[in-house]
Amino acid sequence: MANANTRWLEVIFWLGTLLPFVLAPNYLSLASQIAITALFALSLDLILGYAGIVSLGHAAFFGVGAYVAGLIAKHWWTEPLSGLLLAGLLAGIAGYALSHIVVRFRHLALIMLTMGFGLLLHEAANSASALTGGADGLQGFKVPGVLGFNFDMFGRTAYAYALAVLFLSFLVCRRVIHSPFGLALRGIRENATRMPAIGAPSLAHLRKAYTIAAVMAGLAGAALTHTTSTVSLETLSFGRSADVLVILILGGAGRLYGGLIGAILYMVARDQFSGVNPQYWYFWIGLLLVAVVMFLPNGVLGGLSALYKKRQ
Amino acid sequence: MFSSAVGVLFDGFAYGMLLFLLSVGLSVTLGMMNFVNLAHCTFAAVGGYCTVSLVNRLDWPFLAALPAAFLAGAVLAVLLERMLFRRLYRASDLDQCLVTIGVAFMSIAAFAWFYSTEPQSARPPAYLIGSFELLGRSFGVYRVFLAAAGLLITGLLVYALERTRFGARVRAAVDNQRMARGLGIDVDRTFLFTFALGGGLAGLGGALAIEVIGLESTLPLSVVLVYVLIVVAVGGLGSIRGSFVAAIVLGITDTAGKYYFPWLGAFLIYLVMVALLMWRPLGLFGKR
Repeated sequence: MANANTRWLEVIFWLGTLLPFVLAPNYLSLASQIAITALFALSLDLILGYAGIVSLGHAAFFGVGAYVAGLIAKHWWTEPLSGLLLAGLLAGIAGYALSHIVVRFRHLALIMLTMGFGLLLHEAANSASALTGGADGLQGFKVPGVLGFNFDMFGRTAYAYALAVLFLSFLVCRRVIHSPFGLALRGIRENATRMPAIGAPSLAHLRKAYTIAAVMAGLAGAALTHTTSTVSLETLSFGRSADVLVILILGGAGRLYGGLIGAILYMVARDQFSGVNPQYWYFWIGLLLVAVVMFLPNGVLGGLSALYKKRQ
Repeated sequence: MFSSAVGVLFDGFAYGMLLFLLSVGLSVTLGMMNFVNLAHCTFAAVGGYCTVSLVNRLDWPFLAALPAAFLAGAVLAVLLERMLFRRLYRASDLDQCLVTIGVAFMSIAAFAWFYSTEPQSARPPAYLIGSFELLGRSFGVYRVFLAAAGLLITGLLVYALERTRFGARVRAAVDNQRMARGLGIDVDRTFLFTFALGGGLAGLGGALAIEVIGLESTLPLSVVLVYVLIVVAVGGLGSIRGSFVAAIVLGITDTAGKYYFPWLGAFLIYLVMVALLMWRPLGLFGKR
């Protein structure tokens, strides 16, 4: 995986993420949205692509992170870094608690349970409007800046902040994937009953992976709150869970860069197409989803790497 | 509080019958092929829009539009099964989920294209509107019609599955697909018919639901799908009895929750579902 051949590609990719500062200064707010979505997709990749846990309710942790960051900024202090860490921590605690239930199930029950917990949280946030603002979302706070840099109207600081959070989380994720623990996760994905026989506790490993993914989703949610200074109920919605799943599949699940590439393609395409006719955006997404699953089972990245291998 | 209980029970029962019609097809096909079809509510939406077109544009009587809605759902089910879904029976849960979500997305955009995103309505005839008094309580005529139609169809369905040759094949295929194949039953063909029947029932349910839950282009991925999935998951895959009980319980719980605890929203429903699934992951009547 991490051989010299692909390492320079990785360096080029991350240098490329700096290009929007120079080439597309008008699209920096879109770029920070992409970075946040990429982090969210990366966290789903960890449990879906590597550990094989299908989740239709991953927005639960994104929303927890977003609301925790929002509540801290509104009621206590507006310094973002501590808020970010606390949001990640609380999302992680929520993930750890849920992981005990989630890892025990498979097939339809798993899909229904993850979706059920997501919906439950969405309804809870909707009902507890005194705390969360209900359907209007959490408003009335302003995060001035991070580390002395103010959030400007062009979104320079916002993109730098989102990109930094993404990059650091990515490094952690990369380390996790290439560790023996990451290898064990892939083994569990392939055969969950055989792994304990060679000394890898399946359920404990899955719980750990689920918790790490929840922390990362929480960080993504908190970054969204800090860069937009508002939290909408949509952060917890089923639509967000479905979107991130589409993004990951489009890019290629089970690959570190799958979620990142998927987020770039999806968000840029949505930005371009929704200007034309927003209602029909979902037709193309649906068609793309069917086409990817039928003809490109490992996503765009999987297709590219197959092409590359063929040419060699 | 107790004086309203009868009304709530009855409305909940009628609503439950509607949920049963919408979900029974999914339950049987899931039990048979283990195919997770998240596009099931697309059939309901097609039935609904078919009724809207026939009643509003072509002036068909409402009752005559209902069989057409059934047919529309069944035809779409056959088309999708032949063209797309049959390639996915051996695919993973995730791939099945993704393709069917993709189909649902496409159908939402298609409905928005042909019928706009505005909620549509098809008024039932005058004799199905209003309410009547019985023993000092008032009942909505349409709810009575709904409950009666639901019970009638359930009866027909149970008869078809318990007493006919086709029903015996379906039950054999649900219980043990390989054994059924070994006995010379054409499982693929049986499945196609079952899929068409399920799609047709969902289409009929979608037509009947216009007056109760409305019809919008987002129906295929709306809260209706969640309710349908709850009925299937809680009732147990492939179990008609389970779906029936789950649909009635869900209908009554939902109606009672909206009436007595409106501030809770759908919270109660989701809580009950999560608890039930944790207690019995295979559903109340699930066998496998």
